[in-house]
Order: sequence, then C-alpha cells, then structure tokens
Amino acid sequence: MELYDLSVHEMSDLIKSKKISSVELTQVILDRIKKVDGEIGSYITVLEESAIKRAREVQDKIDKGETNSPLAGIPVAFKDNICTEGIKTTCASKMLDNFIPPYNATVSHKLFLEDTVLVGKLNMDEFAMGGSTENSFHKLTKNPWDTKRVPGGSSGGAAASVAAGLAAFALGSDTGGSIRQPASFCGVVGMKPTYGAVSRYGLVAFASSLDQIGPISKNVSDCALILNAITGYDLNDSTSANVNYPDYTKSLQNDVKGLKIGIPKEYITQGINDEVKKAVLDGVKVLENLGAKCEEFSLPITEYAIPAYYLISSAEASSNLARYDGIKYGFRAEKFTDLSDLYRQTRSEGFGTEVKRRIMLGTYALSSGYYDEYYNKALQVRTLIKKGFSDAFEKYDAVLGPTAPTTAYKIGEKSEDPLEMYLGDIYTASVNIAGLPGLSIPCGMDSNNLPIGMQIIGKPFDESTLLRIGYTFEKNTEFHKNRAKI
Amino acid sequence: MKVTKETIEHVANLARLNLSEKEKERLTTDMENIISYVDKLNQLDTKGVKSTEHVIPIKNVFREDEVKPSFSRDKILSNAPEVEDGCFKVPKIVE
Repeated sequence: MELYDLSVHEMSDLIKSKKISSVELTQVILDRIKKVDGEIGSYITVLEESAIKRAREVQDKIDKGETNSPLAGIPVAFKDNICTEGIKTTCASKMLDNFIPPYNATVSHKLFLEDTVLVGKLNMDEFAMGGSTENSFHKLTKNPWDTKRVPGGSSGGAAASVAAGLAAFALGSDTGGSIRQPASFCGVVGMKPTYGAVSRYGLVAFASSLDQIGPISKNVSDCALILNAITGYDLNDSTSANVNYPDYTKSLQNDVKGLKIGIPKEYITQGINDEVKKAVLDGVKVLENLGAKCEEFSLPITEYAIPAYYLISSAEASSNLARYDGIKYGFRAEKFTDLSDLYRQTRSEGFGTEVKRRIMLGTYALSSGYYDEYYNKALQVRTLIKKGFSDAFEKYDAVLGPTAPTTAYKIGEKSEDPLEMYLGDIYTASVNIAGLPGLSIPCGMDSNNLPIGMQIIGKPFDESTLLRIGYTFEKNTEFHKNRAKI
Repeated sequence: MKVTKETIEHVANLARLNLSEKEKERLTTDMENIISYVDKLNQLDTKGVKSTEHVIPIKNVFREDEVKPSFSRDKILSNAPEVEDGCFKVPKIVE
C-alpha cells in the first residue's frame, strides 16, 4: 500500500515513531495531487508552498515534543465553503471567486490547533447546492472509481480527494446529504454530526437550520479522531449546543450485541437500485450475525422528506444569499445604471443556474400569498418527520438503510433535470430536517465496481452508537480497505 | 399549480435578479415541475400541527456586552469591490 492510501491513524503512527516526517508525508500528498488531480479535479486551491512551510513548523513541534495531537502533521483539505484566513474561499461560485476571508472558521481554527497541515481547498457544487459537483463555477470533479462518473455532491471534491489519496481526510458540509452521499459514491466514510455539535461559524451559509460540517475519512476510527477535534460548544455560533461531548474513540468497540437496529421499509422498497438494496441487506445480516437485533419498521413520512427539504432549504437560501449584493465583498458587475441595477446585475452574473433556481423557489415559497401554503406547511411536516424518528428511537438504538438509492451515475446523466437530481436525497434529507447524526460507510460494490454506502442514523448527540456500529462492521468486513485504482 | 411567466418575473424582482428571456422560459418549466412535486405535501393533514423552525429549541442567546478587539477596518475593506477613503463605495443614491 502507498503512503497516500494510509488512514490517519496509520500516518500518525508513522510520524510518532519517526519513520516519516510530516514534511515528507505532505510532499507525498502534494506529488500525488500533481500526478492525478488533473484527472480527478478535486481541488480548487492547492497550497503547495504554505503546506510545506507549515509541515516544517509542525514537525519542529513534534521533534521538540510540543504536541501530542493524534492529528499532528496530518495533511488535510477543506471544502471551499469553510473559511480559512488569508486563503481564498470561493464556495465554487463566481460570486466569491476572489474572496479571501479575514478570519478562520471555528473548525479551521480547531484543526490548526491540532497541528494539522492544510493542503488545499476542495471543489463542490456552487454554494453547496447540488448532488454531483457538476454545479461548480470552476470545474467538474470526477469519481476516482470511474472518471466518467460524478463523485456525488455537494462535497464531491472532499470525497474524491480522500478516495484518491489526495488528502488524509477532509472536511465537508451537509445540508441534505452533501457529506454522506458523496462518501457513499466514492467508497469512503462520511459523518453528518447532530445539528449544533459542530460550530457553523465561518461556514458560508446555505440553509442555516440544516447545515452541519463533518468529516470525510477512510475509516470509522479516523472519523472518531476528527470528531474529537471539531465538536464542541462555540460562543460564535448561537445555534451551537452546550452539551457534554464524549471522547469518540471510546466508542470504537467491536461489539453490537443486543443493539436494536430498525430498518425503515420505505428505505428499501421505493425507487432503490437492486444491487444497492442487496448490499445494504447483506450488511444488516453481518450485524445480525454479530448479535444486533435488526427488524424492519414503517416510516411512512419518508416520501414527504424531499418536498419539505427543498422548500425549507431553498427558503433559507433565498434569505441567506440576499447578502450577495456586490458592495462589501465578492463579485460586482461592471455595467449597471443605478444602485438597484448594481444589485440585480451583480446577482444575475454572479450566481449560476442552480443557485438562481433555488433562490427563485425559496423566494416564491416565502412570498406573500404562498407563505402558509408552502413554507409554513413544510415546517409543519418537519414536525411530523422529527416525530417519526423520535418514535422510532423509542424502540431502536439506531436506524439503518442505504445512503443513496443508486451508485455514482454518469456525468451529465441527471444535470438537465433538477427534480431527478433532488430525488437522490431521499434517504439523507430527512436526517437534516430532524437534526440527527448520520454516518455513511462503504458496504459493498456493484457490478460496475462502484462503491455502495450504508447509512446509520442515530439519536441526537449519539454519534457514539453510530461509530460503534460502523467500527464493528469494519472489523468484520473488508469494504473499507478497497481503494480506487487511479 | 400553474406557474406563469408573470409569476417568474414577480419573484425574480423580489429576489433582485435580472433574467434573460431564455432563463425565464426555463425557470417557468422548472418551477412548475418542482412546485407540482412539492404540492404532494397537501396530501398530509397538518391541521393543528405546530411548525418546527429549528430542531433545537433556541431562545435568545445573549453574551456579556464586553469590549473586545475587532477586525481592523483595512482588513474588512480588503474584499470590497470598490473602496474610497476607508469606506465602501456605492453608486450615488441621493439626487
């Protein structure tokens, strides 16, 4: 196995035992980016010089025994909607193409305190709106398993970079599945933490009541390490949850005996690809054989999750994106007649097609005469979705199903039909609507040799149970060891 | 739900977007498809159901009003498209 294919744990062990320095490891990753990212397209910005400089500083600290972080010296990359001081943060939009944040997001700050080495910023759907990374202003990202296919989205660059060995791990953001679905498409591990568990300060807002930052990694153990670093209460985010956050590595136990796991019938009957269904149900059998009690149950509200999600997220987006007016930062149109026209021209030229579509849908749903019929109705359905899950968690320790109804599809296959694309969020969006944690792990390969993902959904702030189930699954299967041949 | 070109123009105006004729056409079709789909929610009886804006109940979050260092003016202005004399510059708005 090549160095770039190793997990964070393995890299960290090599660094600690002085078998490799952070500078050498960072150089391996940078060389790998030079070699294959022309084909994959996962990075918007590569920090060649500053990464090496940073790795030298970190290595110096390691040599002097001044850091004991398990993430010290590890090369990491962030989705390009996470603010990094002095480093361009474009959100894959023309609107923010020249935006250099004057501050670090809380997660950036926390990971720098852990002595990680930032290698670059990753491609995504513009403003995180999309499921294929085809909506980027910059470029397409290709799936490392088959470069004719999409990596998923919106954190497509993040998932592809980890899958192709272009970063040891990455941070993405998830509003309706944007960490879990690309993780599933690229055969890596992705976690959307409970709403409020990770500070959103410095995450460019899409839909504030749904957005969460989370890790994408090569295995569940790495996921636990990263969660330890990024979760926690933050005064700078008024929606941050002031609760006790556990040591997530303690939940890495090879044991699911007696755990009750519910599988929603609606997740394995409607519109799901047969091979995905089989792989997920085989995964359920693995857990059953290890002593978990798995049974099917009905979650009839499932079919209403997507309509509710698209109304709520678009309404919040139309409000959040009102700030892009060409005055304080970002793009400004060259030709305009007066102030009002400056706003209009800037927004019309600065936003891409999908972003305009969501702004239009959200503005419509919030407009006079339609507010009750659409926006408020969706918020009422949100209550029912939340209740559907809380009822399920009276009986089960976790809920399990597929992450996405299909494996990675071909580039261009769904990009002309927005509704078709939206339906891909069927199993993930309700988790954001209810604010729950969700973990996607590899659970199989289809006949095209494309990875299949399994999603485990938990009670609020019970990431530990998800990690325990995921870890046990990994210890008893080999899927997480598969690497894309690129 | 029928979406007309007039609706699209009205909503675009609220969203401060100038749309080309081609964009208006495309959006009329797309919005009609999407809205017909989300109309599915009307199958659910939500009479008396409270709305959930946020999953965690958030009341006003206050902090002590303490003086702390803030960003320098230059740093904040550094991303502005047009700056003059330490201010954001905009087109004339008062005749």
